[in-house]
Amino acid sequence: MITVENLTRTYGAHRAVDDVSFTCEPGTVTGFLGPNGAGKSTTLRMICGLTPPTSGRSTVCGVPYRQLGNPGRRVGVLLDASAQHAGRTGRETLALAAMTMGLDAGRVPERLAQVGLDKTAAKRRVRAYSLGMRQRLGLAYAMLGDPAVLILDEPANGLDPEGIFWMRGLLRDFADRGGTVLLSSHLLREVEAVADQLVVIGQGRILAQGDKDDLLSTAGTVARATDPAALEALLDRMGVTSSRSADGGFLVPTDAQTLAQAAAGAGVVLLELRPAGSGGLEEMFLRLTATTGLEEISR
Amino acid sequence: MTAVATPSPTRTDTLPMTRLIAVELRKLADTRAGLWLLIIIGLVTAGTSAIQLGWADDESQTFAAFYTFGLLPSAVLLPVLGILSVTSEWSQRTVLSTFTLVPARGRVLMAKLAAGTLIAIAATATTAVLAALANLIAGPLGGDASWSLDSSLIWQSLLLQVIFVLMGIGFGALLLNTPLAIVIYFALPTVWTVLGGAISGLRTASEWLDLNATSQAMTEPDMTGGEWSRLAVSAAVWVALPLLLGAIRVLRREVS
Repeated sequence: MITVENLTRTYGAHRAVDDVSFTCEPGTVTGFLGPNGAGKSTTLRMICGLTPPTSGRSTVCGVPYRQLGNPGRRVGVLLDASAQHAGRTGRETLALAAMTMGLDAGRVPERLAQVGLDKTAAKRRVRAYSLGMRQRLGLAYAMLGDPAVLILDEPANGLDPEGIFWMRGLLRDFADRGGTVLLSSHLLREVEAVADQLVVIGQGRILAQGDKDDLLSTAGTVARATDPAALEALLDRMGVTSSRSADGGFLVPTDAQTLAQAAAGAGVVLLELRPAGSGGLEEMFLRLTATTGLEEISR
Repeated sequence: MTAVATPSPTRTDTLPMTRLIAVELRKLADTRAGLWLLIIIGLVTAGTSAIQLGWADDESQTFAAFYTFGLLPSAVLLPVLGILSVTSEWSQRTVLSTFTLVPARGRVLMAKLAAGTLIAIAATATTAVLAALANLIAGPLGGDASWSLDSSLIWQSLLLQVIFVLMGIGFGALLLNTPLAIVIYFALPTVWTVLGGAISGLRTASEWLDLNATSQAMTEPDMTGGEWSRLAVSAAVWVALPLLLGAIRVLRREVS
């Protein structure tokens, strides 16, 4: 269980995170989506007590993170897979964590094997690990204390397609056994396959959040007409803001029936009329975040 | 595995300090840099005895001489281990995982200070053992091999080792950057010693504030009250102050 209430963090005049609120329930995977620089990592660091919020609060398992006596046993955190000492071996990295949490280091080899790091890899220093191997080590590190909550920042970075598929299974299984997962990503496709809930953030503000299926179904309707100009004029008269794609189709934020009736009344001949589905969500995501992305690059 | 949603008073299962100290001690030796630093300190300490056995006058081959000369390598190099114990966490960015497992940053810093103190004690004890071995060898080779050592010297030398390690940790915490902290740690006191010696107006100030000078008294038996107070004042400036400012920096700094 993770609760985030009105979290805000400013750096000078820049509002990196602006009044962000959401909750993650046990048994669910929440995808935290946004382009680079949208405030995802800052939000996650605030939840984990590493960055003090300017205002607002957050709790994990019902208490503020810093008041969890032995956090590793309650929450597994992977904020940056590269943030491990390059001179330590993979096994030593986990052994230190086990020791800190008061666990028997005997579980370490087995946990490394579970994430696909064999005996040879365990003995190598992290310096020699690829990014994918570091992500695997980071996941083993996060899950070492058998926590009820996982907080993961871009865990799919550096994993190959097979690794991403494996990780989805791991997280889905974790949630199905009653765990709470919060994972961030800048790629919708990556979290779409595993998340139940979505929280979309851009320029520090929440742009959309809710059940993934609801968000998919409210993503609108795709319509194509024999005369695109006539359809566009009709949509203008209806007062709905639509976006036109390259193939002449329109993404309209209304349901199919409303649009079909209006088109029939206006004598516009429709060739195609279907729910936008995940394509629509992606389009919404890109639209919501496009301006942010450009600003980030030019900054 | 169950998801516990009920708020509970988790304060009770706070991580015990002994465990945090054990973790910090282990961290000093489980990286290549830390391990080699310890190995080099051991080898050079043994080397000091070898040098004296081979080249020192017979009458100066005593336990006291082996011991005091043998402390030099650890006095110089152990503070570097102290610096690394703080700065490497930030340069390698392991603070991310350290502080997510132990959110009470002050306790982590306390554990580092305790681990540094313990390693200084261990180094002093090891030096005493090596000096004893050298003294045993010195006898048959015609050396003086006398065992007399003023007991005050034992405590004073031990304290000196601890002071230098804590100073290293203080500089590390204050600067949070490995090369910068090492350079400043060695250069700044030396610069101050040179200035204090060259500028007559600074003479009185440097008598009280030059740790190189005030700690010199610790290598002679039976320090006087005046020597103790000068040491206390200079240690407050060079050890306590960096530690205090460094602790504030570590507690406040955002981890990313």
